[in-house]
Amino acid sequence: MFSVAARRTALRATSALPPANSVFSSSSALRRLLSSLAILEQRDGKLNHGSLSAITAAQKLGGTIHGFVAGEGIKAVAEEAAKVAGVEKIIAVDNAAYEKGLAENYAPLLVENIKKGGYTHIIAGHTAFGKNLMPRVAALLDSQQISDITAIESENTFVRPIYAGNAIATVESSDAIKFITIRGTAFAAAEVAGGSAMVEDGVDPKGELTSEWVSEDLAKSDRPDLATASKVVSGGRGLKSKEEFDRVMLTLADSLGAAVGASRAAVDSGYADNSLQVGQTGKVVAPQLYMAVGISGAIQHLAGMKDSKVIAAINKDGDAPIFQVADVGLVGDLFEKVPELTEKLKSA
Amino acid sequence: MSALRILVPIKRVIDYAVCVNWAFYGLMVKPRVNKAQTGVETAGVKHSMNPFDELSIEESVRIREKKTAPGGVEDICVISAGPPKAQDVLRTAMAMGADRAIHVEVKEGDDLEPLAVAKMLRAAVDKEKSNLVILGKQSIDDDAAQTGQMLAGLLGWPQATQASQVKFGEGDSVLVTKEVDGGVETVKAKLPMVITTDLRLNEPRYASLPNIMKAKKKPLLKMSLSDLGVANERRLKIVKVIEPAPRQGGGKVEDVDGLISKLKELGAL
Repeated sequence: MFSVAARRTALRATSALPPANSVFSSSSALRRLLSSLAILEQRDGKLNHGSLSAITAAQKLGGTIHGFVAGEGIKAVAEEAAKVAGVEKIIAVDNAAYEKGLAENYAPLLVENIKKGGYTHIIAGHTAFGKNLMPRVAALLDSQQISDITAIESENTFVRPIYAGNAIATVESSDAIKFITIRGTAFAAAEVAGGSAMVEDGVDPKGELTSEWVSEDLAKSDRPDLATASKVVSGGRGLKSKEEFDRVMLTLADSLGAAVGASRAAVDSGYADNSLQVGQTGKVVAPQLYMAVGISGAIQHLAGMKDSKVIAAINKDGDAPIFQVADVGLVGDLFEKVPELTEKLKSA
Repeated sequence: MSALRILVPIKRVIDYAVCVNWAFYGLMVKPRVNKAQTGVETAGVKHSMNPFDELSIEESVRIREKKTAPGGVEDICVISAGPPKAQDVLRTAMAMGADRAIHVEVKEGDDLEPLAVAKMLRAAVDKEKSNLVILGKQSIDDDAAQTGQMLAGLLGWPQATQASQVKFGEGDSVLVTKEVDGGVETVKAKLPMVITTDLRLNEPRYASLPNIMKAKKKPLLKMSLSDLGVANERRLKIVKVIEPAPRQGGGKVEDVDGLISKLKELGAL
């Protein structure tokens, strides 16, 4: 059932194994035993390319890399992921029971596949999916997960922001299996090119379902995805109403080809959908340009955008904390300045 | 339907906003890294209940008040592991409507990792015969977002994380709407289960003065980790904690044209 290329890859991997006695003799031999499982996300038979960041993190660790994907009709997803350079194997479990990623059955599925593969590192994105699933798996294997890492210092030492990004902690794990969720903006998604991993069926424990997926309501938008957009315009409480938010911010976003974000105040006031929230408890973004409109710049908000390349701010309060981090600030009434900016960007 | 015995784990953390209402973006307490670079300076810094935990208590009290669960609410017990000062947040929780509290005393500075907290909570669930645990989705100090999921895994219970709506149905069924990337998702599970709260779930009430007085008389049980058969085993060693590189503001411009030309100069347009 495996392709010739895949078999060759497997043979290469076998022949590269060190002789048994050297395992105990040097740390470089230990390094060779490092093996990572990158958990990939898919939906309706389409690979979530953002989740390929997990492979990038695995590449930084070194050692062998396997990818994992589960769901209904995922053959094409597995084959696409197999094209990522440096990945040795994609483990795929084709079963509709895993399609919605319900942690109750997805966690035991992962546990079985982790046990079978003998991995040292399990990596997933710090996304809604990863956040829901990974701690459950980690607990089942008695491991203390390391969440939302932004850098890898060594195979057991990781860097992660705490206190809404106001402090950066370096932590060393003593667990045999290291569970890591990664901040997507800190690890670029691996490219789907240059690889020829084999695709293998994973173990399927076919456990009983204890929860049931009922429905979903996802915001549909033609604008770029907030988490990965190169430009983001974000509105705050200064927008005053949902109508004004839509009128002012959406037109500005379209004139820049930007994604739309919002502060928590704007979300709480009902001006924008919760899924647009940028900050400690919302999305963390790091675009080329982040334009904050009518946002004062509370630290919870800054935690979600302060790694942006260029920050611009428009606010009528010249003392707003946002101006302390903005590369360029304009003090003025946003209802006057933003439409003017939109017009000038359009005609440029 | 079984009567609900709700366990609400809460955590005392550094207060971010001086004003409890997060919507007020006024004076902020900014955490500072200590000199030894081992953590964040906590002495003399205002602490309060983790904001997501307030949502957990509010939801539990609303389930009782609004009689949304067919079997009713038999008990709302709050639990916190921490130094003696953690009792302050337990009293606040009781002033908001929790019936009683358990304080698992842990020495100042002996913070528990999420896995250890989950193991402690598993023991507490057994002891208290809880059938619903409502936790915050994350604590705003460690930002780990793990404890609820770990607990659900250890108990083998269903979980619904980042809940923005909780509805009860017949036969112990619970319908939870969850915040996910790009929107919401609704899942259904049966009690016993674990739910973690997201910001949109509710707006926590303020404890009134009479309720604060009443809360002083509500039972607060003290325990130790060993009473619950758990050790504070740390798996992660903190190598160092530093402050992020400060970001310098680049100054202000006079008008929209100035803004555009500066953005062009910075290569952002």
